[in-house]
Amino acid sequence: MRPRTTPSTSMGRTSITRRRLLIGSGALTTLGILTACAPGGGGSSTASADAVEVSTDISGLPEQTLTVWDQETRGGQNEQMERLNAAFMEKYPNITINRVSQSFDDLQTTLRLALTGDDAPDVVQANNGRNTMGQFVPAGQLISLDPWISAYGWDQSYSPAILSYSSYSEDGSVFGEGSLWGLPQVGEAVGIYYSPSRLRALGLEPPTTWEAFGKQLQTIKDAGQTPLMLGNVEKWPALHVFGPVQGAHVPAEQIRDLGFGNAGASWVTDENLAAATELQDWAKKGYFNEGFNGLDYDTVWQDFAKGTGIYLMAGSWLAPDLADVLGDDVVFMLPPASSETGRVASTGGTGLPFAITSAAKEPNAAAAYIDFITNADAMQVLADTGNVPVNDTASFATDTTSVTNDVMTAFDTLTTTGDVLPYLDYATPTFDQVLGDALQELLDGKSTPQEFLDVLEAAYTEFTGD
Amino acid sequence: MTAPIMPGTAATPQSPHAGDPRPRRLLNKRQGRAVISVVLLALPLLVYGLFMLYPLGRVLMLSFYRWDGLGVGEWVGVNNYVKTFSDDRLLGAFLHALILIIFYAVIPLAVGLVLATLLTRAQMRGLGFFRTVVFLPQVIAMVVLAIAWRRIYAPDGLLNSLLRGIGLGALTRTWLGDFSTALIAVGLIGTWVSTGLVTVLLMSGISNIPKDYYEAATLDGAGWWRRFWHITIPGVRAEILVSLTLTVIAALKTFDLVYVTTSGGPGTSTTVPSYEVYNQAFRLGSVGTASSLAVILTLVIFAINLTINLLGERD
Repeated sequence: MRPRTTPSTSMGRTSITRRRLLIGSGALTTLGILTACAPGGGGSSTASADAVEVSTDISGLPEQTLTVWDQETRGGQNEQMERLNAAFMEKYPNITINRVSQSFDDLQTTLRLALTGDDAPDVVQANNGRNTMGQFVPAGQLISLDPWISAYGWDQSYSPAILSYSSYSEDGSVFGEGSLWGLPQVGEAVGIYYSPSRLRALGLEPPTTWEAFGKQLQTIKDAGQTPLMLGNVEKWPALHVFGPVQGAHVPAEQIRDLGFGNAGASWVTDENLAAATELQDWAKKGYFNEGFNGLDYDTVWQDFAKGTGIYLMAGSWLAPDLADVLGDDVVFMLPPASSETGRVASTGGTGLPFAITSAAKEPNAAAAYIDFITNADAMQVLADTGNVPVNDTASFATDTTSVTNDVMTAFDTLTTTGDVLPYLDYATPTFDQVLGDALQELLDGKSTPQEFLDVLEAAYTEFTGD
Repeated sequence: MTAPIMPGTAATPQSPHAGDPRPRRLLNKRQGRAVISVVLLALPLLVYGLFMLYPLGRVLMLSFYRWDGLGVGEWVGVNNYVKTFSDDRLLGAFLHALILIIFYAVIPLAVGLVLATLLTRAQMRGLGFFRTVVFLPQVIAMVVLAIAWRRIYAPDGLLNSLLRGIGLGALTRTWLGDFSTALIAVGLIGTWVSTGLVTVLLMSGISNIPKDYYEAATLDGAGWWRRFWHITIPGVRAEILVSLTLTVIAALKTFDLVYVTTSGGPGTSTTVPSYEVYNQAFRLGSVGTASSLAVILTLVIFAINLTINLLGERD
């Protein structure tokens, strides 16, 4: 993630002739040409999905290449992608997939430029939040998946909560409803990891209520151990701790409005204050490892895997890596329900959804591809390669006790009987920065819970225009 | 390569002036020379324009728009600049950059002057080896250095172990994660990197000062300090200028160090303009704000270096 590229759009090409360079100084003339038109003026096409005639049979299409940009670079993620792509090309010999795979961070920084370029990909993995999909949609860079929903039965296979994660109104103002712009393959949830043997050594049982969890943290601290592991130099890891804490105090509907950046909610409420206060208390009482704001995420979960600390609040995506080190001695559980809300709730959602760009030459082929990598057969391939399928998750869990099975049942519980809470950085284009900074200050004791909420409220209302 | 070149074919007398007894030239001598110079200049000018002036102009232009990098930009005049100057976070970034100048330029210059004086006076063996060692940080990529230093500053890292070892355990902290020490910790990495460069530059400057000056001054009864102040400093003024210019630019341009060690945190305590440019343009999609920041940063760098050079050249 280096700033290796500078913004460039297809407009404003220099038509500087030699003569022009001679008249006056070159710089001034160049400026004159440049200021003649607004950035982005000539580039993007605003192809409407209405123009697409829906067809699910793509075997008769002329030979062509489908360019797909994904970020499935790690172990099982990469394997499922390779398998599914190979199967797709076998089924449709007329279509060749040109796969461009890069890390999440690289994709985040290059996608914006790629979409506006002349050589844009057909299918891309675009992050759900308002600083990615939320900007691509109103800019007309994506094609709505609405026309294919009933053709492929996506409204049957996907739960409404999951579809809402890739839904925006056409103008991008409302997040969580409206048209569908992408489909994810895998599910994710933030939960609590622990090692059963370490817990037993302290004479503790896994907590069954949120309040019991809070009490245990003190017990562990009193026993001279580190209750919670956190590495937060990147700022976003604390979001995954705050999310479940907020879920224990604040009704899910409120959190969804706040998380989707839709008008009608407020950060300054007693419930949010209770959440911020509890998180700061944890830090004040020394429940976290020392110096967490200066430690990086990867180092800390690796330390946890090697035996430091009792609990780690983190995403389900760490399960395979933790299992590599800890084997059977690691369990993933959802944050237990609190007496205040009475429901299991945690931050979570989906892997990055696959979307069709407005530059796609043959949208029907792109839609068929997206269906192919997300249908029931694909879910089996995902499970076989150690991923968490987003649909019918529990059915893929096996009888054996393993952290992968924990994750699958947990995700299923969360999406069927609990409350999936959106990642809070979805809210506004700047919210990952605002919340990341604010959480570091809250955890350090530099700001009070009330000041913390005021900062978030200011950013939220500035965006929603309340 | 194999096509036969037929000399003269191009010059066969088919020109419209063929029958003219005194062929008139299209251009007189002066005009001809102008054309030739234009032709010769055209390519470099074009390259310069494309790769230097065009991007510069484009950044300037983008700074007057509100643009997310995707849709159509909206002309907002100087709004981005007003926003930059009224946003505590962005102003703070500039303040941090100015503080970093102390660590990148001022301290290394002071340390470098002392080190260079001592080293050039001392006729000891292994001087070349020492020069290489102090210069080494310049050769290693900043990202690599930053990762190494992150380990040194870690709670169980080298620095804290050292402090505990000498009985100063009370001073240990997470240097990069503590609001009061993060910027200083980042700055000291800059000091460590710059000092080598400055020292080597000054050593070469000092070794060019004729020894007679020092001998004469000693005979006149000048002490170490007066020799240093009246002979060494004026003698290496050019080198001081060069090192200040280089290190001040490095301080103001700091990006990779902050990106790798702190991401601008904790909170906003170590953000710097370059990091904000990247953050605004590539993560937050505020290309206009990022461009205005870049323009201001360029002007600040230009102004500071102009001042250094004007002060330095004055007699």
